[in-house]
Amino acid sequence: MSKRIIEQKAENLIFELSDNNRLSSSLAPDIDVSAVCQNLPESVLRKQKIELPQVAELQVVRHYTRLSQKNFSIDTHFYPLGSCTMKYNPRACNTLAQLPGLAGRHPMAHASMSQGVMSCMFDLQNMLVEATGMKQVSLTPMAGAQGEFAGVAMIRAYHDNNNDTQRCEIIVPDAAHGTNPATAVMCGYKVKEIPTNGQGDIDIEALEKIIGPQTAGIMLTNPSTLGVFERKIKIIADMIHKAGGLLYYDGANLNAILGKVKPGDMGFDVIHMNLHKTFSTPHGGGGPGAGPVGVSERLQPFLPVPMVAYDGKTYSWITEKELPLSIGHLSAWMGNISILLRAYIYALLLGRDGMERVADYATLNANYLLKRLSDAGFEIAFPERRASHEFILTLRKEARQHGTNAMDFAKRLLDYGYHAPTTYFPLLVPECFLIEPTETESCNDLDAFVDTMSKIREEAEQTPNLLKDAPFELPVRRLDDVKAARELDLNYYYKDNK
Amino acid sequence: MTDIPQDLKYTKSHEWVRVEDDGSITIGITDHAQGLLGDMVFVELPDIGDEYEAEQDCAVIESVKAASDIYCPIEGEVIAINEELEDAPEQINVNAYHEGWLFRIQPLKENDFDALMSPEDYAELVESESH
Amino acid sequence: MPYIPHTPDEVKHMLSVIGVNSIDELFDEIPQELRSHLANNSLNTIPVGQSEMAVQRLLTERAMQDGTPMCFAGGGAYEHHIPAAVWEITTRGEFYSSYTPYQAEASQGTLQVVYEFQSMIAGMTGMDVSNASLYDGASGLAEAVLMSVRANRKAKSKRILMPKNVSPVYRQVVETIVKNQGITLELIDFDSTSGTINSDQLKEQAGSFAALIIPQPNYFGHFEAVHELTDWAHEQGGLVIALVNPIALALLEAPGNWGETGADITVGEGQPLGIPLSSGGAYIGFIGCKQKLVRQLPGRIVGRTIDLDGKTGFTLTLQAREQHIRRSKATSNICTNQGLMATAATLYMSFLGADGLQKVAASCVANTQKLISGLEDVAGVEFPFGKKVFHEFVISLDVNIDAVLEALAEEDIVGGINVSADSGKNLLLICVTETKTEDELTFFADTLSRVLSHLRNIELTTDGGAQS
Ligand SMILES: Cc1ncc(COP(=O)(O)O)c(C=O)c1O
Repeated sequence: MSKRIIEQKAENLIFELSDNNRLSSSLAPDIDVSAVCQNLPESVLRKQKIELPQVAELQVVRHYTRLSQKNFSIDTHFYPLGSCTMKYNPRACNTLAQLPGLAGRHPMAHASMSQGVMSCMFDLQNMLVEATGMKQVSLTPMAGAQGEFAGVAMIRAYHDNNNDTQRCEIIVPDAAHGTNPATAVMCGYKVKEIPTNGQGDIDIEALEKIIGPQTAGIMLTNPSTLGVFERKIKIIADMIHKAGGLLYYDGANLNAILGKVKPGDMGFDVIHMNLHKTFSTPHGGGGPGAGPVGVSERLQPFLPVPMVAYDGKTYSWITEKELPLSIGHLSAWMGNISILLRAYIYALLLGRDGMERVADYATLNANYLLKRLSDAGFEIAFPERRASHEFILTLRKEARQHGTNAMDFAKRLLDYGYHAPTTYFPLLVPECFLIEPTETESCNDLDAFVDTMSKIREEAEQTPNLLKDAPFELPVRRLDDVKAARELDLNYYYKDNK
Repeated sequence: MTDIPQDLKYTKSHEWVRVEDDGSITIGITDHAQGLLGDMVFVELPDIGDEYEAEQDCAVIESVKAASDIYCPIEGEVIAINEELEDAPEQINVNAYHEGWLFRIQPLKENDFDALMSPEDYAELVESESH
Repeated sequence: MPYIPHTPDEVKHMLSVIGVNSIDELFDEIPQELRSHLANNSLNTIPVGQSEMAVQRLLTERAMQDGTPMCFAGGGAYEHHIPAAVWEITTRGEFYSSYTPYQAEASQGTLQVVYEFQSMIAGMTGMDVSNASLYDGASGLAEAVLMSVRANRKAKSKRILMPKNVSPVYRQVVETIVKNQGITLELIDFDSTSGTINSDQLKEQAGSFAALIIPQPNYFGHFEAVHELTDWAHEQGGLVIALVNPIALALLEAPGNWGETGADITVGEGQPLGIPLSSGGAYIGFIGCKQKLVRQLPGRIVGRTIDLDGKTGFTLTLQAREQHIRRSKATSNICTNQGLMATAATLYMSFLGADGLQKVAASCVANTQKLISGLEDVAGVEFPFGKKVFHEFVISLDVNIDAVLEALAEEDIVGGINVSADSGKNLLLICVTETKTEDELTFFADTLSRVLSHLRNIELTTDGGAQS
């Protein structure tokens, strides 16, 4: 009982631990601030002291350590979150990326004092070229969505460069991730949605009808967000190319095919990879990621800069001087280099043999889990299809019979120490769970997950409120989202919120 | 069963339209639509005096799980907005056809209301979309 | 096998449950002609996997190759002392290896940290609200530009006034990101004697515009007349986007208090708040705004609310703005942001507090002035924009800047940034933070002096021809 009380106690806000009379710590240099300010123009100085908490070092350490303990994470929980590839993040990647020479390098340091990090980036570019079958890779996009932006902007630059300016539409499947349509619009395109058929493949007839001289390109994920391989990909590629459009590959699901199929061989002109998925860089509670882009020959002149070149002796930067048609810069320097380093280290540790195993075991785990859940009586969305690295389960039967929807199942899973799978995405499948176990989970852990799912279904039959009111065991119970949105409280210091 | 008053006209995008005695028209979203969207948290209305073409988006309503554009059913000028929704968007959930009205426009041309749906047609649409 | 826990028996068992004979069979839906190994097209050029020990050796070698030079470059990336505890705690597995907090109940740690981050950014900038982070300062400025155009439809203009004393790379990034949406960036010249925005020229070039960007301090380290500029822009019906350095804000007036009504949107690079330089990334963009613009903010936002039992908790809110709900009508395509960097920045701000941050800022100013004094005596060094700066300043030299930087690199010094551009002069941007000791400042001034006379001698012996 007493343990529960401690665990469930709300953690104060850091601001509530603050006292303005507390003397500042040893962490700041010792200096007379007002003397310095006398030499600055008074008109630009602040009149009131900055609003930040004054808390002693130990109390800060304790506060954030305790907060960390209110999180689920891969290091502590199974995290079968579809489309997100929550696999083990090897610790070596973190430790080595923080070596002083790497962490301390200023982005404007002379190339002569940057050969070490540049060689790492050059190697990574080449590894990703090989893994994707594309012609050249630029590492600079800072997440998948920025990779998408770079990709679609290149498609646009390509058409513009050909004076082919009537192309104003990007085709996106209805099951696509939200970043796809949002990106197309940021690049100044209109979005045309195409439906998916009952087998999870793109509806070719519908596609036929909307392709035309106005088509700039299509954005596809393969395996798709439905967890199945798009079997007609070659036909689709031919149709789009024939109409003068280009093919964009959303590489969020690259984990499923690493070393098995290369997007370049499927006919794609441009792809982004999510290194925070396939190459195991940390998700960090929301980021940072890295979303390198790879292109086929015809898009090479448009790649975002900078990139790294090597003449056999020295590494140098490729900038807009060398690549005048480049779409330009997407970040102040070369994107999330500290994350790119982690991906590079992971790639070195895995090697080509390890990379092929990624797809093998991710697919083995997904198909095993699918079969076990199916045998346990759960309904699979595409039962006649082979799962890729992930698959969709629909809980519509449970929703109809017991009034417990997918969200209720998800919340109850949290009570049992499982992070919930992706729920309600893609929107096409009612009451869906998108489940991605990844290659780093063991058979035992998958079995235990199936047992828990079955147990929760029993609870749904007998005591559905255990699901509807779940979770019970976490730091908070279900949160009032309506209140959160109607009575916005986003800032402790805002006058109404204190 | 969702409420579809007989004295209103409807659109495919789930707005209702009431022709007022003075020839202006009042617009809101249907009971069916508010049910789908769930608890409203915010409404962004057009400014009085703005002019819109038919089927142009002119307002946004937002629930926790979705945001939805409202399309102007008929070309016209905005002459009134329901300011109370600013502080109480939940009025749309409470009564979509009365307190939950969104805005009123003065048609600019001789308008053709035939493009709008009858209650019967709208009921059919709702029925077909629920499958 | 690295990171794969399966035993051979387990694999056999799993295959038999699935009902296939081999793992390869699981890929049978992929058309044969596409399969890499059949196309004899597997990952040939990638080396085989190496042990952790071997990889550590390689990375250590490469890190040592780049060394730990003395750094006097800034320009958007700043060397500050990072308390040891910041990254100790940030890289705890519970923060490091967790996902975006969509399942709020299982992510209260991350969510509360982000709420605290938002509050600190808002507190520091004087904005009403902040989001959970953007990728970096440069792309953040692009998002601010897009946001200002959405928020200021009344201006009926898609022109943005962009001063030329905003970092040139920032200007390039903004151009890349906004150019396909019909937005034009009107470049505003700065005054050649002060390096600050030339208000006459500004008024002349203005016309109708959606927003004015005001950097504070500007790219050259100098202070803009933020109050006058803000009021002027508002009188013209434009919004004000403040582009600020968070460390400087410990001393400088918060954008929320600029002029009569304050800046409307504030963005900046959060790297100085405890993020290592690491070659330019991963950093963190921050963005805040007035409450009435909150629905135009891009990216994730965390709100405080209550749970079923009435207990305080945190959750992502206003999600209807975002791509996963609004799709093609979202305020931005951003999904993954810089969460871990927000955690580090929050820890940094908590450890230093208001007092500590002021002291860091004041030390930057004091050390910068010390180096300026040291350089006053060096022959050939001039200060074209003056000396009243935060922690960066420009010097003009009588020799080619690239040659100077190269020579300094040989002395293991990152000497600054060449900002000559098309000015026809040799301009070097130098940054000094709290990390520099008196000895180091003296050493830098002496070394620069030596390098300059050496280069002058070379130029003389090569017949005085100015190198380009
Ligand atoms: C299919 C798909 N596409 C794109 C993205 C966007 O990537 P990011 O979050 O790195 O921007 C994601 C991930 O969230 C995804 O799952």
